Amino acid sequence: MAGQEGDRVVKRIMHVLHRAPHGTIYTYEGLEMILIMAAFEQDISVAFIGDGVFALIKDQRTDQLGIKSYVNTFKALEGYDVEKLYVDRESIEERGLSTSDFIVEVEVLPSQELGRLMKSQDIVIHH
Amino acid sequence: MKIGILLKEGPYSHQAADSAFQFAKAALRKGHQVESVFMYNDGVINVSNRADPPQDDRNLFKCWSDLGAQGVQIWACIAASKRRGIDEKVLSPNCAITGLGTLTDIALRVDRLVTFGD
Repeated sequence: MAGQEGDRVVKRIMHVLHRAPHGTIYTYEGLEMILIMAAFEQDISVAFIGDGVFALIKDQRTDQLGIKSYVNTFKALEGYDVEKLYVDRESIEERGLSTSDFIVEVEVLPSQELGRLMKSQDIVIHH
Repeated sequence: MKIGILLKEGPYSHQAADSAFQFAKAALRKGHQVESVFMYNDGVINVSNRADPPQDDRNLFKCWSDLGAQGVQIWACIAASKRRGIDEKVLSPNCAITGLGTLTDIALRVDRLVTFGD
């Protein structure tokens, strides 16, 4: 649970992206929140479950939707030391995807393990 | 317990704003400290002073403003607000616009951050 680094509180914060990247704004605004929180040097992780795994797919072309693409922003997470990216194994199997479809490196975990990880967090924010 | 609330939906179209408000009231009644409510996504619409809902129904805008008058800090995210036409000119009394850094500070201060949304 919450730790201490000197006088600073460090909390385990998990962001859960569980919706398709387009169609609603939740994943995009979720990513904006993750980037701001990352600047606070917390123990941040991101879990991709359900249709949330589609957010990571390379070569998304959104020009015909008239919507700005933000998939490249996931590559910026590493620069903010957000390196704990977890993908739910069942979710990618159900959708016929593999990690080679994704724009960043992720750790694939079975649902049960992801659930345990979620339970160990101080804060879980779903988007 | 020190509680923070994150509200991610606007009023009326979704139950989340009602649930968040009922939760805040119940927590205060039980003697907990609800220190902040942070509005994100369409949740920022909750702090508008432009709404005039039917008089025979609850006025969620007033609910939040009144909760602010009781000392609970009511915040709306500035980036989400700018997308949705919420600014200082249309802000309800006892509410304020701030950045996502404020939400992070809240998350670090409180014992529980409770999210209401879809």
